[in-house]
Amino acid sequence: MGGGTAGTLTANRLRRVYGQRAKITVLDRDDRHVYQPGLLFVPFGLADPNRLVRSRRAQLSAGIDFRLGEVEHIETAKDNVYLEGGEAIPYDVLVIATGASLLPDETEGLTGPGWQQRVFTFYTLEGAIALRDKLRSFEQGRLVVNMVDLPVKCPVAPLEFCFLADWHFRQRGIRDRVRIEYVTSLDGAFTKATCDRELSGLLAAKQIEVTTEFSTGQVDGAAGRLISWDDREVAFDLLVTIPLHGGAQVVGRSPGLGDDLDFVSVDRATLQSEAAPNVFAIGDATNVPASKAGSVAHFQGETLVANIPRFLDGHELEPTFDGHTNCFIETGFGKALLIDFNYDTEPLPGLFPERHVGPLRLLRESRLNHLGKLAFEWIYWHVLLPGRHLPGISARMQLAGKELDSITIEGSTR
Amino acid sequence: MTTTAATDAQIERDAEGFFVHPEQWTEAIAGGIARENGIRELTNRHWQVINFMRSTYLETGAAPSIRTLGKASGVPIKELYQLFPKGPAKLAAKIAGIPKPRGCI
Repeated sequence: MGGGTAGTLTANRLRRVYGQRAKITVLDRDDRHVYQPGLLFVPFGLADPNRLVRSRRAQLSAGIDFRLGEVEHIETAKDNVYLEGGEAIPYDVLVIATGASLLPDETEGLTGPGWQQRVFTFYTLEGAIALRDKLRSFEQGRLVVNMVDLPVKCPVAPLEFCFLADWHFRQRGIRDRVRIEYVTSLDGAFTKATCDRELSGLLAAKQIEVTTEFSTGQVDGAAGRLISWDDREVAFDLLVTIPLHGGAQVVGRSPGLGDDLDFVSVDRATLQSEAAPNVFAIGDATNVPASKAGSVAHFQGETLVANIPRFLDGHELEPTFDGHTNCFIETGFGKALLIDFNYDTEPLPGLFPERHVGPLRLLRESRLNHLGKLAFEWIYWHVLLPGRHLPGISARMQLAGKELDSITIEGSTR
Repeated sequence: MTTTAATDAQIERDAEGFFVHPEQWTEAIAGGIARENGIRELTNRHWQVINFMRSTYLETGAAPSIRTLGKASGVPIKELYQLFPKGPAKLAAKIAGIPKPRGCI
């Protein structure tokens, strides 16, 4: 279920494993596959929106069935997926890759007056385009970027937006007339303590103000105010919001499958559903405590494509997914950072992917990292989605090449 | 690591005051931690949240987020901020003797 990043790469990998010995069907409600990492660049005119969308069907290997349809609910006790209208699609193994959804309506006033006029999100293609048009005519005032609460897709994207906005206004020569403020529900700008330590200087250098532990309860678009649950206020002329996220509604409609936010409850190392042994989930749809990011789906793909055959053959599953995440962080001016971490190890400085060689530097700004980020678009369509192996990059996080003296294990700090 | 002043027992807490071993927690200790954090008295409403936090943690291995608290604890978010000022999920976790809620990155 789901023909996005995770669903597509899983189907293609399974097809390679099984050939014609398995019947693989991918279900989705539409045939528009959006290259989501590109959305960040749209507001600044750095990406052409038309180029970000391709056919879902066209990303699937020959022999995989693609079906359009809205799923009403899943009955794990009957091994059936029910479409709207009542048709039942039976399965031996179900992979839920329905991603995360945006829930702007869960924050009072967010989609009220001012929505798409002075309140925007770049997390949808339509929103990113509308924001691009707004930014072009934005000459002065307070730009506030607000992450309402975790979990969100690509948790570094809000900060990248701040960095690119700083660059954008400097290029236009009006940076001194624009205040940029990042407002977050967390107690630091970055979600990881080491990033916060290593990278908070970047925010100061770029004159991006940070307000932490601000839990947005209400947005007053007409007056240009964010109001927190404990009655603090932040004024804005232009608000870029990263709204609350939840899992797919179909998960909520399927008893026993998801948590209270509709993310599929799975074992964090095997990705097997807690509701039924022949149900798995992957990517943004799961409740595992890892980033909701394409790299995670890629690494999880390896675990899943080993475990599905093991399950069908009656073998024990391998608990191999370690939370490995790998993110480029665009910092503007043609530079980027790279971070690499997992469930237990915080992002560390060092070289990636090869020890002593790199060539990419971890946790440091560089031009090469930016080129890596740009190259990722090609890799996405031609390596990641087809489910090919990324040379030199293993599914499990490697400590080689990392400076271990700065290691932090979960729970020992922060 | 520090040991709490709230009791004489050797209770290990991290740099921010969260329990390292949730099993060391007792109801009696909770009141002391609350006072350390500016909550003079734990009311029934406080306890409703604390009990929910502990049972969720013991069941799922993770401390519930503020959204989960607002939806499932029976105490609305606005009131959570009144009961546990600033960061309800964090403060309630501290008083409930469970590790700090970890945001997923």
